[in-house]
Amino acid sequence: MQSQITVNGQARPAADLVFISDLVAELKLDVRKVAVEQNLKIIPRSAYATTQIMDGDVIEIVGFIGGG
Amino acid sequence: MANDELAVRSAAREPRSEGVSGEAAKGSSSPSHDPLLIAGKKFSSRLLVGTGKYKDLKQTKSAIEASGAEIVTVALRRINLASADGENLQAAIPPEKYTYLPNSAGCFTADDAVRTLRLARELGGWKLVKLEVIGDKNSLFPDVEETLKAAKILVTDGFEVMVYTNDDPISARKFEDLGVAAIMPLAAPIGSGLGIQNPLNIRMIVEQSRVPVLVDAGVGTASDAAIAMEIGCAGVLMNTAIAEARDPVQMATAMKLAVESGRLAYLAGRMEKRESASASSPQTGLIHVI
Repeated sequence: MQSQITVNGQARPAADLVFISDLVAELKLDVRKVAVEQNLKIIPRSAYATTQIMDGDVIEIVGFIGGG
Repeated sequence: MANDELAVRSAAREPRSEGVSGEAAKGSSSPSHDPLLIAGKKFSSRLLVGTGKYKDLKQTKSAIEASGAEIVTVALRRINLASADGENLQAAIPPEKYTYLPNSAGCFTADDAVRTLRLARELGGWKLVKLEVIGDKNSLFPDVEETLKAAKILVTDGFEVMVYTNDDPISARKFEDLGVAAIMPLAAPIGSGLGIQNPLNIRMIVEQSRVPVLVDAGVGTASDAAIAMEIGCAGVLMNTAIAEARDPVQMATAMKLAVESGRLAYLAGRMEKRESASASSPQTGLIHVI
């Protein structure tokens, strides 16, 4: 069974991902510049390494951009 | 009973002369002696600027430096997963140097705005946010009902809320009663550059409010910003007026001067208008008087 998650609206395989920290590392993100939401719940930076990714998760990863 | 209550209420609403208190009232003209106080924090610049719509980050940086602004608004969006290591705002506009004011631009419901600003708080650790809940995608006018709902949740949750709202004194008062950090009525529709459409309303909001009132949105050129400050606004927030100027850096400088100039004129107290002329030179000692 191939597990799959949705990240920022895009489906992606999650077979190798156990924790949020694995996803952040795979995407090569600077953790200081992003915030992560898993199924509408904000995951504090300090909990990335302990928060498990489950099949079907909907994850949003956001950052700051220019705006008024 | 009801009358007593009214009297107490109205006494509590005596305009707090934020503008003419302390050092400023003693004639000091330096911005450092006349700080803008927001949520207990002092800022020497009364010009707040957005970081959107610039040609590139280099121009964003130059314009913001020229503006002298200390508070900059930023938006929260999905990270581009394809090129997450591209240019980033934090490198050009360091959060250590500027106070980031995350906004909820693009949100049409209280729930979306609260969700966005909570993520922003997690990202930056800042409690100071610009709340906006848009009611119509063409006019970009605020949905005051939804904005009030969001403001209540955010204030309860410990946020310092600077709220974008319409130029209606009644809703401004409701926001103040909820405990927002600042009220930011629009001068004109966002990005329109039309200047203050209803100075009377802005003045009423300024006079009744005990928290800072900043004009947010609709400023087009330097005189618009000066007028906002002369009316007694605590500051002005703008983005498009600078970003879409032919020379954004020069316009940023103009806005800096306009805000300072308008502030000084407000503190100085303008002369009374009169319906007739009043000669500036002495009427006596004229050589041709018989």
